[in-house]
Amino acid sequence: MVADATTLFWLFFAFAALVAISGLYCFLVTFNLLRMLIGIEVLIKGVTLLVIVAGYLSGQMALAQSIVITVIVIEVVVMVVAAGIILGFFNLYDSLNVKNARNLKG
Amino acid sequence: MKIMLVLLALMALSALWSVMTSLFLRAAIALALTSVLLTVIMFRLGAPLAAVFELSVCAGLITVIFISVISLTQNLPFKEQLARRQNRIARFRYLPVILIIAAAGLFFVRVPLNLTLPWPGAALDVRQVMWEVRRFDIFGQIMVLLAGAFGVIILFKGSGKNGR
Repeated sequence: MVADATTLFWLFFAFAALVAISGLYCFLVTFNLLRMLIGIEVLIKGVTLLVIVAGYLSGQMALAQSIVITVIVIEVVVMVVAAGIILGFFNLYDSLNVKNARNLKG
Repeated sequence: MKIMLVLLALMALSALWSVMTSLFLRAAIALALTSVLLTVIMFRLGAPLAAVFELSVCAGLITVIFISVISLTQNLPFKEQLARRQNRIARFRYLPVILIIAAAGLFFVRVPLNLTLPWPGAALDVRQVMWEVRRFDIFGQIMVLLAGAFGVIILFKGSGKNGR
């Protein structure tokens, strides 16, 4: 039973880490605002998977579900506001390149 | 266990596809696919309420938002798109290598944790946790939703002044 839980944890942790690394790399490397948003989204998917697995392995699945629902609500709000910012940015510069933001005045 | 392994591998591959693909529409579809696979994993792990939220909100609403933004912002000529695609491929070529190294590292470096699976049925109900134990989270969620709504109102109010 001990080996089962540990193996299960490492299996899920490995895949969640791979998903999170993909998102983080996309977020760090790209200059496109929309692709950055995709990176954040992929990163959140990895974190959500890890929270659910932590809940499953600790027997606190109800708490994990509650936290995941909170994460999803926050994720939607972030996406909607970021989409609004991207549209405003595109209206201003006709581009989604984040380097253009250097011209912004505070 | 084998089904879960296949689901996890498919989820990682679809996440990689969403990051690596050159077309934004394909990236949005891959992101929705990742959400659907995460939903199935959640359902199999015994988290049906979070799975329903993930399916309806992340695979549905966020995909719609993405596709709306993509359709409102894509106006580049084909040649420029092609040039940017080449540039992007050059920047993203290291990601598969990094993922393979990370997977190998995670496979070989395993810290002994001595975890035990919990007794089934000992946990609280999710409604009880959500409305009684974590009541303050609901307040936080409402505040976040209000902040998002006000943010969108201010953003679209500001962009209207440009006349575009």
